[in-house]
Amino acid sequence: MAKFTAKPNDLLKINYNPPQTDWMDTPVEIREHMYCHPSKKKDLDTVGFPNGRDWRVADEDWKLPANWEQTILEGMQALLKKYRSFSVFMDICVRCGACADKCHFFIGTGDPKNMPVLRAELLRSVYRGNFTLAGKILKKIAGARDLTVNVLKEWWYYFYQCTECRRCSVFCPYGIDQAEITMMGRELTNLLGLQIGWSGGPIAACYMKGNHLGLEPHTVKSCIDLFSEDIETITGIKIEPSFNRKGAEILFVTPSGDLFANPGTYTAMGYLMLFHELGLDYTWSTYASEGGNFGFFSTNEMAKRLNAKIYAEAKRLGVKWILGGECGHMWRVLHQYMDTWNGPADFLQEPVSPITGTKFENAKSTKMVHISEFTADLIKNGKLKLDKSRNDHLKVTYHDSCNPARGMGMLEEPRYVIKNVCKNFYEMPENTIREKTFCCGSGSGINASENMELRMRGGLPRANAVKFVHDKYGVNMLACVCAIDRATLSAANEYWVPEVGVTGVTELVANALVMKGEKERTLDIRLEPLPGKEGSEEVS
Amino acid sequence: MPNIEIAGKQVEVDEDGYMVDLDAWSKDIASSMAKADGVDLTDSHWEIINFLRDYYQKYQIAPMIKILVKEIGKTMGADKGNTKYLYELFPDGPAKQACRYAGLPKPTGCV
Repeated sequence: MAKFTAKPNDLLKINYNPPQTDWMDTPVEIREHMYCHPSKKKDLDTVGFPNGRDWRVADEDWKLPANWEQTILEGMQALLKKYRSFSVFMDICVRCGACADKCHFFIGTGDPKNMPVLRAELLRSVYRGNFTLAGKILKKIAGARDLTVNVLKEWWYYFYQCTECRRCSVFCPYGIDQAEITMMGRELTNLLGLQIGWSGGPIAACYMKGNHLGLEPHTVKSCIDLFSEDIETITGIKIEPSFNRKGAEILFVTPSGDLFANPGTYTAMGYLMLFHELGLDYTWSTYASEGGNFGFFSTNEMAKRLNAKIYAEAKRLGVKWILGGECGHMWRVLHQYMDTWNGPADFLQEPVSPITGTKFENAKSTKMVHISEFTADLIKNGKLKLDKSRNDHLKVTYHDSCNPARGMGMLEEPRYVIKNVCKNFYEMPENTIREKTFCCGSGSGINASENMELRMRGGLPRANAVKFVHDKYGVNMLACVCAIDRATLSAANEYWVPEVGVTGVTELVANALVMKGEKERTLDIRLEPLPGKEGSEEVS
Repeated sequence: MPNIEIAGKQVEVDEDGYMVDLDAWSKDIASSMAKADGVDLTDSHWEIINFLRDYYQKYQIAPMIKILVKEIGKTMGADKGNTKYLYELFPDGPAKQACRYAGLPKPTGCV
């Protein structure tokens, strides 16, 4: 595959004029840099996904099983029966078009098949042709079509050009959830082994080793030991976190990306510093070592299997409740699925902060609390000593990660935390934040490198809002509470608005946190000189 | 997965040119891959390639850049323990380019 070399100005030439031909008569054109490599055979085989084989998207023959049409139609029938949402969404759209220009992929590509309504229509047309009387008789007049190899390829191409961010559903007068439709599309293509590699690899790794990156227990420990060394360099304080410790009060679970990828690693250091300062009785786990869940981007069943280890580990260790780190889709899964899949977690207690005594009523059922909720409560109760001025060189904006915002309604806590640890905070425009936040453009398992054009196009609306606050207020740092965001927005900002860096919220907290017995800070969490604090003689 | 001919041998690689079988690696393969990119491997390059392979043997994953920087600083002097030095050696990025020469899988970064 040729290298992606298009410059921002090339990508800004977006053609919003739809093709002359009817959408059904416009064949899918699978373009390089717009799709991910397929999953490897070994990864599909590891978890028992069907039709494991090595194949290439660019090849004509996708090595489908002989009876693939039957497999898809039977699969569709089963999903229609199992999910009332799916069956309703197949019927109720009135094509009002309210969703059409709300999708970051449509805005960034101009491709009408990235309008949520039309992306759904890719499935609906086959549904009508096979499951409705009108569609069976009237065919195309009733918006129906047959299932062909080209239709299947079109599904695959566009269901991996949706990040399941659910922005469009905020604007849909019927509340049709496009993520649900994409999820069904991916369920179906998974029946034929059409998983993408960027999901397939992490799923297999998580299934075998407990986390997406495939970090073995000694690797997890070595990462955290390294962070502890750096924390000692910065603060002079030696911290000694525990692993797999039975009888700890709290189990802490965060995405493995925080342990391995910058700038997530700085957020991980932030967790370590905060918990040490509080004297929190908590433990890391090298088994439940993944908060995220790439299974969620393949099939419901796979997501459930990968999620099971969190409660299992909490039970094994005998903790009282679970605290979770900064991750996006992790919280959609924990908040809306975990309890139904693998609960009830009646062996755990309703979470109570041991520092403030606050009972987290919102987590009564799941027994799992978000780090921003936990931290906001600490600040509200005056339990943290904070020196905001250490973040004075930063002009911060906050990107609502899709899932914590739209999937669990967490809008205020991160903002409250940021405003208490940073002097300079500026919101992006109203229609690009909170429930209406724009996706990073690379969520739902498509943050690979071979689809960089797609990612940069999808990231354009978000980056455009970042550029707005950069130009207007001089914003130079974007804070977020998602490991995928930290990786993908680093790339999107680098491309569209390179003056703005990316940080986790807890990194900002750690930078401001005044710890008992610490030495005078001259370095930030990234081990770079703290502006204005390089030496006391420079303080005027 | 496709096979390509490197250093007179058939080598199985993935879509991005990373070797599939870690054990099929040889120094000749690394040198040939580098040559194809117009890079002559020096002792400084080998230092990093060898570190990557050792780390992978122990941890089953390529090290994060933080570890690489720290380790190179320790063994080759503080002036070389920085990302700038690593990018001078491997302009396409120490993680991606050096891992490919070292026969490691493509680093995944954050997932």
